[in-house]
Amino acid sequence: MADVRVGVFICHCGTNIGGVVDVPSVVEYARALPNVIYAENNLYTCSEGGLASIREKIAEHNLNRVVVAACTPRTHEPLFKNTCEDAGLNRYLFEFVNIREHCSWIHMHAKDDATEKAKQLVAMGVAKVQWLQPQQEYEGDVLKASAVIGGGIAGMTSALSLANQGYEVHLIEREKELGGLVKSVNRLFPTNVDADKVITPIIEKAKANKNIRLHMPAELKDVKGFIGDFDVTIYENGADNVIKVGTIIVATGAQELKPDGFYNYGKMDNVVTQLDLEGKLKQDKKWIDDLAGVTMINCVGCRIPERTYCSRFCCITAIKNAWILREANPKAKVVVLHRDLMAYGVEFEEYYRKAMEAGVLFLRYNLDKPPQIIGKEKPEKIKIHDELTDSHLELPCDMVVLTTPLVSARDNEAVSKMLKVPLGDGMFFLEAHLKLRPVEFATDGVYVAGSARWPVDITESISQGYAAAAKAAIPMSSGKIKVEAITSFVNIGECIACGTCVLACPFNAISVVDTDGKMHAQVNEAMCKGCGTCVATCPSGAIQQKGCTDQQILCMIETLAGGL
Amino acid sequence: MDKKPVLVVGGGIAGIQASIDLGSMGYKVYLVEKTAAIGGRMAQLDKTFPTNDCSICILAPKMIECARHENVELVTYAELQEVEPDGSGGYKVKILRKPRYVDIDKCTGCEECIEKCPIKADNEFNQKLDKRKAIYIPFAQAVPRKAVIDADICRYITQQKCGLCKKVCQAEAIDFDQKEEILEIDAGAVVLATGFDLYDISAMREYGYGQIKDVITAMQFERLICASGPSHGHLERPSDGEIPKSLAFIQCVGSRDQINNPYCSSVCCMHATKEAILANEHYPHLKPHIFYTDMRAVGKRFQDYVTRAHDQYNVEYVRSRPSKIVEDEETGNPVIYYEDTVSQTVKKKEFEMVVLCQALIPSVSHQELAKVLGVSLDSCGFITVPDKLFNPVDTDKEGIFACGFCQSPQDIPDSVVQASGCAARVAEYLAEVS
Repeated sequence: MADVRVGVFICHCGTNIGGVVDVPSVVEYARALPNVIYAENNLYTCSEGGLASIREKIAEHNLNRVVVAACTPRTHEPLFKNTCEDAGLNRYLFEFVNIREHCSWIHMHAKDDATEKAKQLVAMGVAKVQWLQPQQEYEGDVLKASAVIGGGIAGMTSALSLANQGYEVHLIEREKELGGLVKSVNRLFPTNVDADKVITPIIEKAKANKNIRLHMPAELKDVKGFIGDFDVTIYENGADNVIKVGTIIVATGAQELKPDGFYNYGKMDNVVTQLDLEGKLKQDKKWIDDLAGVTMINCVGCRIPERTYCSRFCCITAIKNAWILREANPKAKVVVLHRDLMAYGVEFEEYYRKAMEAGVLFLRYNLDKPPQIIGKEKPEKIKIHDELTDSHLELPCDMVVLTTPLVSARDNEAVSKMLKVPLGDGMFFLEAHLKLRPVEFATDGVYVAGSARWPVDITESISQGYAAAAKAAIPMSSGKIKVEAITSFVNIGECIACGTCVLACPFNAISVVDTDGKMHAQVNEAMCKGCGTCVATCPSGAIQQKGCTDQQILCMIETLAGGL
Repeated sequence: MDKKPVLVVGGGIAGIQASIDLGSMGYKVYLVEKTAAIGGRMAQLDKTFPTNDCSICILAPKMIECARHENVELVTYAELQEVEPDGSGGYKVKILRKPRYVDIDKCTGCEECIEKCPIKADNEFNQKLDKRKAIYIPFAQAVPRKAVIDADICRYITQQKCGLCKKVCQAEAIDFDQKEEILEIDAGAVVLATGFDLYDISAMREYGYGQIKDVITAMQFERLICASGPSHGHLERPSDGEIPKSLAFIQCVGSRDQINNPYCSSVCCMHATKEAILANEHYPHLKPHIFYTDMRAVGKRFQDYVTRAHDQYNVEYVRSRPSKIVEDEETGNPVIYYEDTVSQTVKKKEFEMVVLCQALIPSVSHQELAKVLGVSLDSCGFITVPDKLFNPVDTDKEGIFACGFCQSPQDIPDSVVQASGCAARVAEYLAEVS
C-alpha cells in the first residue's frame, strides 16, 4: 500500500455520541492507527464547520482516504461523499463508521465498553479504507422510445401520455382493434354512460397521435436488452419486426372467468355471466320487458378455496346491470346475491344506495347454503337463503347472471418469460413492491399497468396507465441512467461458468458469455443493484463487489480479531 | 428548455411520491407541508397491510430520497397563502412560512434543547397518548430532523421567560426573532396531496369514546402497538396500563351512515384486520373480534390476508353493527351491544379494550385550500375530480391535479399510483402549454 494517507473525523453528535463514548480518547486511539495522518473530533461533523474542516484537512495533509465516525450512512453518507468530492477526492475513497446506532445508542448504560467498541469500529474502518479504490460510476444512454404491450384502456392511457410528453411510442396490440375488455361493456359505472361513446374518442386519439406507432394485430415474439436499450421483436404483417426502445410497459389486461361447472352455466339457457349480459344489453333490449325476475349471484368462482381472491369491482358491475334491468322493467324482481358488498369509497357507496332506492333487492348468501336454480332448459324460479334474516325465499327468476372474477390472461407466462419479470398469485404480474412500487418491476425499465397486475376497474386502470407512463418517462427524460459504483464484477480467471450467480441474481443482471473460448459470468452494470447476492453464492469466489471485496471485509475482521 | 417549477401540496406518501417522480423527470419541485416534517399519516402507522411491512421502515427511505433529491425543495411548516393564474397556464403562488424559531440550517437535531425544555403539551403524533415538549421534533424519523417551537405554549414566546433551549443549544440554532416569511414561486402546475384527517367521534356518544377509558381509536392503537410509540409496542390499556385479555374492533364508526358520513373510508376493513393480526402476534392469548358491516377486502392479496387473520391469528369476524357500548359498572370495561344476525338475537359482550375504526375525512384544511386555489369540493369535502372515470387525477382547475385520499378514500398503493399518475399528467400539461 503505497502512500495511503487517512484522515479520521469523529463526531460527538451533541450528546448522542459524546454523552456515552469518550470521543477524545477514540481520537487519540485513531491517531496511532496505521496510515492515519490526521484525526480530530467535532461537535457536529455534519455542520457546515465540520464539513469545512474535512475539506481543509484533505488539502492541508494531502489526505487520500477519509473515515467519518458518526451517525447513520442512511442520511449522511452522501453528504460526506460529496464533501470529499468537493475537496478533489474520489467519493469512493470514503468510509463511514456508525458509532451512534451501532454503539452509543445501544450501549448508553455501559460507557467504558461503548468507548472500547467505538475504537474497534474506527480501527476496522481505517483498515478497510486503505483497500478502497477510486471508482467510476456507470453511465448508460436511454432511448427516448417506449413499447406499450396491450391496447386496452391502461395501455392506451400510457401510450397517449408518453406521446403527449413527446416520446415515441410503439403500441402493440394482439387483436385487430384497440380497446381491450372495455369494448365488450355496455355502460360504465358509476355514471352509466354508454361505453362506446366514451371509448371511441380515446381509440381515435391513440390512432391519430403522430408520436404513436400502432402495431396491430401484432404478436410479441422476443425481448432482448435492458433499460435504455431493448430490442423488442414482434410478428406483424407476416414478418418479424424489431423495435428499439428504452422502456417497456406491460398492459396486457385480464379476462373474465367463464364459470363452467357453476350453477348450470353452459348447460342451461339464460344462465349467463356479467359480460354475456353486457353483450345482450348492447343489442335490442325488448327481451327485458318480458322478464319476471333476474337474480345475480356474486363471487362465482372467486373467494373460494380454489381461487381465493376478490376481483375488486364485480360487485359494482352487478349493481350497475341490476339497476339498468330494474329501470328498464320496474315490474321485474331484480335481486343481487352477495357475500360482502364491496362498494368502497364515496361514489360506489352512493351508487349502491341509489340502486337500492331504485328497487334492486340486495340479499346476503352464505357459501354453505348457495342459491338453487329451479327449471329445466332455463331458470324458472330460484331458491335463496337470506343470511341476514335467516329465511328461505323462492323468487320468480327467468335469468341468472353469474358475477365472475377477472382471471389472468392466457399468455402472461410467455410474456413474463420474454421480459424476465415474475408472475405472482393467480399468474398476475408481480410488482417490485406491493405497497410503494405498484407499477414497477424489480427489473429496471419495465413497468406494469392495469389488470395485468391485478383486477382493477377502468378508473384505476387509467390511473395506473398514467403512473406507468411517469415511471417510463423518468429515465427517458434525461436520456441517461447512472449507477452507483457498488456493482459486482467477475474475475474471469477464477470463474468456472457454473451459472449459480445467474440464478441467484434477482435483477437478471448476470449472464454467462464466451470470451475467446473461455466461458464466464458477466455482470451488466446497468442492471446490477449491488445487493451482493451473487458474491455470497459464488462457489469459487470469482465475483466480488466494489466497495465490499473479500479483501476489504477480511481485513476488517482481522483487525477486530487482533484487537480482541 | 426552461421548465417551470411544480408545486406539490402535502408531504404524506402521495406528495412525497409525486415530488420524487417529478423531480426525477427534471422538474424543479417545491413540496409544501403544513407541519414541521414530511411523512404524513403513513409515518404514524405501525405496520402496513397485507405484507406487514414496518410502515416507517419502508417510508423513511422515500422521505430521505425526497429530501435529498437535487430537484426537490422541502418547504415545511408552511401554507399556501395566495394562488393566482399567471396567464400562461401556470400559477403565481405565495407560500407562507411560519416561524419555527429554529434555524434549520444550524439545527443538528441533537435534542439537547428538548431535554431541557420545561413545558409539555399533548403529543399529536402519538394521538395524545403521551406528551411532547414545547420545543420538539415531531417524531424520531422526521425529515427534516430539526426542532420546532410550539409558539402557543413556549414560555419565552408567550411570557419572555425561560429561554433554556437557546442557552443549551451549542449549534446556536434557536432564533426567537424569526418572523413569518413569504416565498413566491411561479408554478407551472400544482399537485394536491393533502390527505385525510380523523373524524371526531366524541359526539357519537353511543360508542363512549372519551367517556369510557378503554375505548380507543384505530390510530391510537397504531401508536400503542408500535415499538417507537408511547408504550414501546406494549398494548397498555389507558385505564390501568395492563395488557387487555380481550379485544374488539368496531368498523364503520361515523362512516356508511346518513348522519355522519355516507361514504366508505375504503381502508378500515384492512387496517382493523392488520391490527387484529398484530395484537394476536404480540399476545397470542388474544382472540380479537372484528364487528363489521361488509368485509371489503378488495385489493391485491387482501382476501388472503383476511383468511389468514381468521385461520392463523384467531381473529373472529362478527357480521354486525353494534348499537352501543356501555361501561360495565363493576369492571369499568366496555360492553358491546350488538345483534347476532345469525341467531337473530341482541347480545352483549364485555371486552377489556375496544378499538373504534373511525371514519377518515378529507383534510380539515380543504375549505381554506379550496378558496385559495379556486378548486371545488364535493359534498363530502373531497377535492372534486369532475371526470373521475377517465381523468382520475384532474381537478376542475386547469393545471391543478389531485392524488391520494384528498380526492377519494384510498389506500397507500392506490395513492402512490395516483401520485405517479399526477406526475405524468403534469408532464403532459406542461408540454401542452409550452
